[in-house]
Amino acid sequence: MFSNFFSFASPQAFYPVAGRMIPWFGWSAALLALAGLYIGFFVAPTDATQGESYRIIFIHVPAAWMSMFIYLVMALWAGLGLVLNTRLSGMMASALAPTGAMFTFVALWSGALWGKPTWGTYWVWDARLTSELILLFLYLGYMALKEAIEDPQRADRAGAILALVGVVNIPIIYFSVQWWNTLHQGASVSLTKAPSMAMTMLAGMLVMALAAWMYAIAVSLARVRAIILERERGRDMAWVRSMVNA
Amino acid sequence: MTAAFAAVLRRDLLVALRRKGDALNVLIFFVIVASLFPLGTGAEPGQLRTMAAGVIWVGALLAALLSLPRLFAADLADGTLEQMLVSAQPLPAVVAAKVAAHWLSTGLPLALIAPVLGLQYGLPGDALRVLLWAVLLGTPVLSLIGAAGAALTLGVRGAAVLTGLLVLPLCVPALVFGAGALTASLSGLAPGPHLSLLGALLAVSLPLGLWAACAALRVALD
Repeated sequence: MFSNFFSFASPQAFYPVAGRMIPWFGWSAALLALAGLYIGFFVAPTDATQGESYRIIFIHVPAAWMSMFIYLVMALWAGLGLVLNTRLSGMMASALAPTGAMFTFVALWSGALWGKPTWGTYWVWDARLTSELILLFLYLGYMALKEAIEDPQRADRAGAILALVGVVNIPIIYFSVQWWNTLHQGASVSLTKAPSMAMTMLAGMLVMALAAWMYAIAVSLARVRAIILERERGRDMAWVRSMVNA
Repeated sequence: MTAAFAAVLRRDLLVALRRKGDALNVLIFFVIVASLFPLGTGAEPGQLRTMAAGVIWVGALLAALLSLPRLFAADLADGTLEQMLVSAQPLPAVVAAKVAAHWLSTGLPLALIAPVLGLQYGLPGDALRVLLWAVLLGTPVLSLIGAAGAALTLGVRGAAVLTGLLVLPLCVPALVFGAGALTASLSGLAPGPHLSLLGALLAVSLPLGLWAACAALRVALD
């Protein structure tokens, strides 16, 4: 079973498998998102203190979760590629980065839109906001580095080193920013919600988080297929041509 | 290993000494940046004192960033770096020596001149001493993380800007704790915890930065 499993580490073997998996993950993402939005907009009750504006939580929280989780997965793939020297790992890391950056941006953007009606301002230098912003910078730096290096193998390995350094740094950055924040100003704005959250709210959020997972997988698989074709172009023309023409 | 460290350190310091202009320019840049801020924001003493920590630290960060391309690029151009990689000496010792030389030729001068800039911002004597210690502890962190960034972007087009993009977000903790020590001292709190955290940061950056720089050099010259 294991030998079968590892045979998918070859880009040529993985390409058709990824193609077969994309519709499954894509459709689950669409259906889950519909269900989640329905729960979010029609089933979940209006919040006692924030009114209707709280409903952005169904986009905001899953996006924030995904932004952090994708960075970890990306670093894991990058580290695997560095240790095992598998080509597909680096491609997976490359494919995940834009999705992670997108979720980070969505989390910041929806957070700003949520902040305006509830806190009265688009941006506060809250520890979570600031560390999310720095996470966006880390994603952008990772993508810029990979973009700048011509040789894809070298780009993968250099990117992997950066991603691993970033993973070690993220908790340090988070705690430093948190401490900096509490030192400078009292906790005038707190993101912590009331402890008891309506069951339907939680359900809507979890369903949306699942939808975000499925979406991230589908999009990354589609992107990794494009990367495989692009990189294998020079290696095995016949195989790539048959895939492109198929 | 100690011999290799000492030899590379001596050589890099000698090179820095022969090209005094490079290190001096970084220092002048730092002084100019710190002197421009009051011109833009107004010279009200209370306001200057509150922003001194941030301005001096960001200035030091940018100055250290400017000096990074020198770290490996010249050695790559004349082939020295390749010889260092294939030599029997352990690469971490060589890189550690280069980082140490970089700190001695840029970080240390930045730390020594920072209290003078502090005077411009009207900081009292205690705060100046805290500032000196904080910059002394913080600049090696910048050199270590910077070495990793410089090694990653070695020979890449647009390396200078890219290095900034990679290194600056990773330097956030050094900025927070470094500036925090000064702010704490100004508001009558003990700066000790901040300085301890800066020291801890240095202890983490030492193995992490050296590992990343060595790995990146191996990738770059593969």
